[in-house]
Amino acid sequence: MGFKRTLLAAGAAVGILAGGATGALAGQPTVEVLHWWTSGGEAKALKALKDDFTAHGGKWIDSPVAGGGGSAAMTVLRARVLAGDPPTAVQLKGPAIQEWAAQGVVANLDDVAKKEGWDKVIPPMLQKIVKYKGDYVAVPVNIHRVNWIWANPKLLAEVGAKIPTTWAEFNTVADKLKAKGITPLAHGGQPWQDATIFETVVMGIGGADFYRKALVELDDNALKSDTMIKVFDQMRKIRGDVDADFSGREWNLATNMVMNGKAAMQIMGDWAKGEFLAAGKVPGKDFLCAPTPTKGGAFILNSDSLVMFKVKGKDKIEGQKLLAKLILGKKFQETFNLYKGSIPARLDVPMGKFDSCALKSLADLKSAMKNNTLVPSMAHGIALPGNLSGAIIDVVTAHFNSNMSSKEAVKRLAEAVDLAKS
Amino acid sequence: MTHPPSPPSPPSPSGVSALSPRHGRIPRRTIGARIQAHLSQLVVAPSFAVSLVFVYGFILWTAYISFTNSRMLPSYDWAGLRQYVRLWSMPRWYVSVENLFVFGGLFIGGCLLIGIVLAILLDQRIRAEGTLRTIFLYPMALSFIVTGTTWKWILNPGLGLEKTLHDIGFAGASFDWLINPKMAIYTVVIAGIWQSSGFVMALFLAALRGVDQDIIKAAHMDGASMTRIYMGIILPSIRPVFLSAIVILAHLAVKSFDLVIALTGGGPGYATDLPATFMYTMTFNRNEMGLGAASAMMMLATVMAIIVPYLYSELRGGTKNG
Repeated sequence: MGFKRTLLAAGAAVGILAGGATGALAGQPTVEVLHWWTSGGEAKALKALKDDFTAHGGKWIDSPVAGGGGSAAMTVLRARVLAGDPPTAVQLKGPAIQEWAAQGVVANLDDVAKKEGWDKVIPPMLQKIVKYKGDYVAVPVNIHRVNWIWANPKLLAEVGAKIPTTWAEFNTVADKLKAKGITPLAHGGQPWQDATIFETVVMGIGGADFYRKALVELDDNALKSDTMIKVFDQMRKIRGDVDADFSGREWNLATNMVMNGKAAMQIMGDWAKGEFLAAGKVPGKDFLCAPTPTKGGAFILNSDSLVMFKVKGKDKIEGQKLLAKLILGKKFQETFNLYKGSIPARLDVPMGKFDSCALKSLADLKSAMKNNTLVPSMAHGIALPGNLSGAIIDVVTAHFNSNMSSKEAVKRLAEAVDLAKS
Repeated sequence: MTHPPSPPSPPSPSGVSALSPRHGRIPRRTIGARIQAHLSQLVVAPSFAVSLVFVYGFILWTAYISFTNSRMLPSYDWAGLRQYVRLWSMPRWYVSVENLFVFGGLFIGGCLLIGIVLAILLDQRIRAEGTLRTIFLYPMALSFIVTGTTWKWILNPGLGLEKTLHDIGFAGASFDWLINPKMAIYTVVIAGIWQSSGFVMALFLAALRGVDQDIIKAAHMDGASMTRIYMGIILPSIRPVFLSAIVILAHLAVKSFDLVIALTGGGPGYATDLPATFMYTMTFNRNEMGLGAASAMMMLATVMAIIVPYLYSELRGGTKNG
C-alpha cells in the first residue's frame, strides 16, 4: 500500500508540474506555419521571419511540405482542415485564398489591419487578393513581377542588339542570334513556363485591357479574337527560338544557360534574379533585366501570401496576430524580399539595399497602378482559380509542343474555358 | 519425379484444424476450445475488416464523389453524370486514354516477348545461369522513379545517347524521342519494358522448369526440332502463366504513374499523360475532385474489365478440376 501511495503522490506532483508548465506556455504566442519554401533563398527568407517571431517571445512550429510545387502541401492542408486541426498559417495565393475563405475556415485579421494601417500601404489590387468579402484573411509577403526578360549582355553585343522592346524587334534579334549560332531564348519546357511566356505575349500584343478581358474575365469574344490568333502566331515563332533540349527543363537551369552564355535571353519572373545573385553576378554588368515587350509599361503581378486559419486557444490566436503584424512589418519585408528577389508588398519600405532591377520593378509598379496597367498573373494562379487557369495552360502547352495551327488553338482555348466553367 | 509428394491434408502449424473439425459437435466445449475452433476466423477478421473499409469502402466513396460537384473539398450534392460528361469532352483525357492503349499494348507485348526469349535462353542449362538471372531480374528491384530518372538522362539529346554518338563521330545521329511529343510515349514504353521484362522472365523460367521433362524427351526421340517442341508442346502447356503475366502487366500499365512523372513529367505539354497522372493533376493541382474521381472510376472500370474475365475463368476452371 505504501508503494502505491508514493506512486499516486508522484503522479500528482508530475501532474501539477505539467499543469504549471502548460499554464506558463499558454501565454506564449504560438504559430504553426505550413509552407513549401524549402529551396535555398526561400528557406533563408523564411528563417528571417522565424527569428523575428521568436525574438518577440513567440513559439514557432515549422511544417514544411516539400515537393509538387505546393500540391503536396495542399493535400496535407485538406486532410488537416477536414480533421478539424488546421495549421495556424498556410502559404497560399490568389483565388485559392477566396476558395478556402468560402469554406468558412479562415480567420479574420481586420483588428491587426486597422491597427497597422494596411489599407494605406498595400496596393489596392493586392488588397483585393488577400481580402474576402471586405475582410483581411491573408497577409501578402511580396510582389513578384512576371514579365521580365533576363539577358546576357555579351551575347547581345555580339549581334549588336539591345533587349527588344516590341515583339517584332524580338523576332529580328532572335533571328540575328540564330544566324550566329546562339540560342536566342533559354526556356524550360514545363506547362507553367510555356504559360509564363504566353501571358507576357498576350500583354505585349493585346495590351492590359485585352489581357484583363481574355485572361481575367475570360470574355469569349476576346478569347476567340484575331488578337489571340496573333498571340499564338508569336508563340509559334518563339517555339523556334528555343534549343532542342528544352523539354522538361527546370526554370533555374534555363537561367543558368543565360548566365553561362549558352543562351541570350530568358523570359521569367524576378525569382530568376535570385539565381544570378546567388552566383555572385551583378545586375547591369553581368546580366540585364528589362520588361518584356509591352504596351504602356504594364506589370504582371504575382504575390505570395500567408493565410491565417481559424484556430482555437488564446496562445494560438495571439501568435497569429503577432505573426500577421510582423510579416507586414518593414523589417521583415526588407529582409525577406532581398533574399527572394521580389519587392516588398507594402510601398513604403526603404529601398536602399535593393538592386537596380528591384528599383525598376517598384517604379514600374507605381506607374502601372497610376495608368491602370497592373494585372494579375494567370500562369501563377493569381488571376484565376486552378481549374480555369489549368484549362488555359493545357491549350497553351499543347499548342507550343505540337504543330497545332493558331486558329485551332484559339478554338480549343474557348472550348476548354467553357468546359472548365461548366 | 520433379514434384515432391504433397501431404495428404493441408498443413497447419499448430495442428488446430486437425483437432477441431469444423462441423464436428463436441459436447461441453471449453472457452479455449471455442477460441481454437474459430482461431482462423479471428486471425483473419482484422485484416478483413480493414480491407473492407479501406479498400471497398473508399472505392464506394470515390464512386459517390464522382457523382457530385466536389471541387476543393468533398461535397455531397448529387450532380448525376455531369463529371463524366465533362471528362469525356476534355481533349486531354482522350490523350491520356490513347496513351494508355499505346503504352499498355506495347508494354505488355514487349515484356512478354523479351521475357519469354530470355527465359528460353536461360533454360538451356548454361553456365553462370544464377548470375545472369540476377542481372536480368535486377531492374525490378529499382523503383520506377529511379528507372525514369536514369532513362531521362540516357534519352536526353544533350546528355545521353545522342551526345555519345556525336562524340564518337556520328555527327548526323539523332534520337530526340524524349522531347518529340509524338514519340515521347514510346520512351516511356522503353523504360517500362526495361524494368519489367526481367520479372516476366522469372515467371516463365519457373514455369519452364515445371514442364514434364519426359514429354520433351519423348518428342525429342520422335525427331521434333527444338523450335517445334517449344512452339507445339512447352509454350501451350504453360498457358496459365501467360494469363497471370498479362494480368499483372496490365494492371501495372493502368496504374502507371511514377514512371511517367520521373521520365517526362507528363510532357512535352501533356503528350505523355496517362489516366493516373491525369487523375492526380485534376484532383490535387486543379481542385477538380469530382472530375478526378470520375477518371479514377474509369480506371477502375478498365482494371475490372481485365480482372473479372480472368477471375471468372480461374474460378470456373477450379470447379471443373475439383
